[in-house]
Amino acid sequence: MKKLMLSLLAGVAFSGAAFAQDFRIGLQEDPDVLDPHKARTFVGRIVFTSLCDKLIDVNASLEFVPQLATEWSWSNENKTLTFKLRDDVVFHDGTKFNAEAAKANLDRARTEPDSLRKSELASVDSVEVVDEYTIALHLKQPDATLLAQLSDRAGMMLSPAAFSGDVVTNPVCSGPYKFVSRVQNDRIVLEKFADYRDADEFHFDRLIFLPIPDSTVRLANLRAGDIDMLERLNPADAESVRADAGLNFLPVAGLGYQGLTINVGDNPRASGPINKDKRVRQALQLAIGRDIINEVVGHGLFEPAQQPFPPASPYNSEKFPLVQRDVEKAKALLKEAGHETVSFELTFGNNTTTSAIAELMQAMAKEAGFEISLKPMEFAAMQQEMKAGNHEVTQIGWSGRVDPDGNIHQFVTCEGALNDSKYCNPEVDRLLNAARVTPDVEERKKLYDEAQAILMDELPIIYIYHQPWPFVTSAKVSGFEPSPDGMVRLKGVKLEN
Amino acid sequence: MLKIIARRVLVAIPTLFLVSLIVFGLQKLLPGDPLLTMAGEERNPEIIEFLREKYHLNDPFYLQYLYWLRDVLTGDFGNSLRTGVPVSTLIAQKLPVTIQLAVMAMILALLIGIPTGIMSAVKKGKAADYVANAVALSGVSIPNFWLGIIMIMIVSVQWRLLPASGYVPLTEDPVQSIRTMLMPSFVLATALAAYLMRHTRSAMLGVLSSDYIRTARAKGLLPRVVVLKHALRNALMPIITLTTLLFGELLAGAVLTEQVFTIPGFGKLMVDAVFTRDYAVVQGVVLCTAAGFILMNLLADILYILINPRLRHPQ
Repeated sequence: MKKLMLSLLAGVAFSGAAFAQDFRIGLQEDPDVLDPHKARTFVGRIVFTSLCDKLIDVNASLEFVPQLATEWSWSNENKTLTFKLRDDVVFHDGTKFNAEAAKANLDRARTEPDSLRKSELASVDSVEVVDEYTIALHLKQPDATLLAQLSDRAGMMLSPAAFSGDVVTNPVCSGPYKFVSRVQNDRIVLEKFADYRDADEFHFDRLIFLPIPDSTVRLANLRAGDIDMLERLNPADAESVRADAGLNFLPVAGLGYQGLTINVGDNPRASGPINKDKRVRQALQLAIGRDIINEVVGHGLFEPAQQPFPPASPYNSEKFPLVQRDVEKAKALLKEAGHETVSFELTFGNNTTTSAIAELMQAMAKEAGFEISLKPMEFAAMQQEMKAGNHEVTQIGWSGRVDPDGNIHQFVTCEGALNDSKYCNPEVDRLLNAARVTPDVEERKKLYDEAQAILMDELPIIYIYHQPWPFVTSAKVSGFEPSPDGMVRLKGVKLEN
Repeated sequence: MLKIIARRVLVAIPTLFLVSLIVFGLQKLLPGDPLLTMAGEERNPEIIEFLREKYHLNDPFYLQYLYWLRDVLTGDFGNSLRTGVPVSTLIAQKLPVTIQLAVMAMILALLIGIPTGIMSAVKKGKAADYVANAVALSGVSIPNFWLGIIMIMIVSVQWRLLPASGYVPLTEDPVQSIRTMLMPSFVLATALAAYLMRHTRSAMLGVLSSDYIRTARAKGLLPRVVVLKHALRNALMPIITLTTLLFGELLAGAVLTEQVFTIPGFGKLMVDAVFTRDYAVVQGVVLCTAAGFILMNLLADILYILINPRLRHPQ
């Protein structure tokens, strides 16, 4: 009996040693639908990174690298994009990945009525299966943004056999981890996909994503060892995390920005001097110290932004250096515009960081003669007001895209879906539309520089800082490299026991 | 008894109907458009229009309500606009969590509240009474989220005794499940115990000064028997009312506590749903908690009858 017990115990101990290793990641929000063609949140993309492989990926310098496609080339005056696909890929349900599957996915993303990828793939006219492992995308016109789209959710591949199932709650992809279960607001569990081509490089048996919205609690969970990694640390905790030997602090400047969107359109709310006169907006920019915001609220994580493009992007131009705070110059500009003081209402989505920034800006701008009244709002309500043009100045951000177009076009073109400034300048439209169809980086940059020169003068949006992605891991985690897109790539990441 | 239950259930139907109508109306009054959240950061107008049609959001208010009512009557609570998961699945996932949290918090609250209430009544005016009152006052005044964070810092981060947050289903690992729920239920129980203590104390004080207690004492019964057997039973009525009402409230979810301890219960589900204007989820959850509340009232009535024989034979 005793012997039996001992051997049982030994068995338990042994299986314990070989037992599945979990990796737990604390997320700031609960992701939305898990269908890459219908998903919309940033946080959902963190889960997709481990779940669904894409045609191509981006690296830390924002260059495109192979994933499901091994190589790609442009032809036919940049109107055909051809991908060579890997021949050793299977989906989580065992279905083989090939050109037919890739076409089925791209067509699904282009045609499903509620696909959110439609506009991203709008330039694609047809998808052709060239041979078993080659596809060609035929475009209506050249599209410089297409590769970037295909390196994100639009390029994610689902098993065509699972299209008829409930993709939204049970996605079948071909990434290193496969879907196991989800409890909304609680957890998403993935497990290692044994047939993945690089399975040896992924060291965890299960991934558990835990939405923990309160950043203090998220950090406490990491310190208590209940999670192994968290994303989006509250900047106020940066000091204490840096000083903690049990934690690794891994911040990286992201692709997005936070800024002030000013209503400059032709509508009743855009009637104040700040809305009507660009000199007043220029004065406001001079009155606000971006580096002060970085120091006081960002604790060094809010890298000041002058342009919509991230610092890592080749389109971030040296022609537009950071405008430094200059109260005297701001006053002079206001005077020139015929004002002693200018008052306006600043709307912001209510949370601790945004309200701290709004109050700081209010205080700084006051020295130059601005009387800012603050209007904190709940986020969904604020979005609706902005869309309706019912705001004066709003503090809001953008999570950012790899391709420069995603950070500028929709915001300042006359018909842009996100143009909450209601700004409209045919010349800017012309330049940004031209940049869309110009694949050459140098030429494209010239177009963006020209457009930026106009926008920097008219200032429908004042960019304040680049959104950081501060990751923190337990010191037991090694091999994690943060990327500017804020994704968690787990290849080679290890966890000591 | 059966008659009472039947009557209660019949009354519940119009109540639930009214609740659903009010909640539906209130949601429509909220500023903000669910489609702006649903259509993603890009807000493609084409997709917004498609979704507006799909979810009947173009129709007048009463039609939208009727669509919803028709589906509910056929047992379909709709799908979450945000995650596509059926609302019935969500409720089935969250209900056990909420019930477990409510039951554990209630047990702790009863274990703390009633004995201290009795003690405080018996020792009225003595040091123990003042201490108990002071503790009760702080139990009510200390905010749950603050107490929760402080407890996580001390118990989980410093001492590493209990998990900081999360939820493990009871069926998966009972011990771990109770360990994770211990801190949140304690936090919730602090305020509840304080209410219970105050009510027990005043009810007991009333009963202890009545004639039959004096008689019982005069008979020479042990003080313990007088207090626990004779007095407590009569003092229980208001405590039962309070307990069932508090429990009904617990079933509606404990928003702040759930948020701090990231417990996937009703409170968190509901708040998230309101913020993303996830109408179907808000409707389903409110209906469910309203039903829970009505059930609790019914339970209170039944308990009265069990405890007070005079109510068993209504004239």
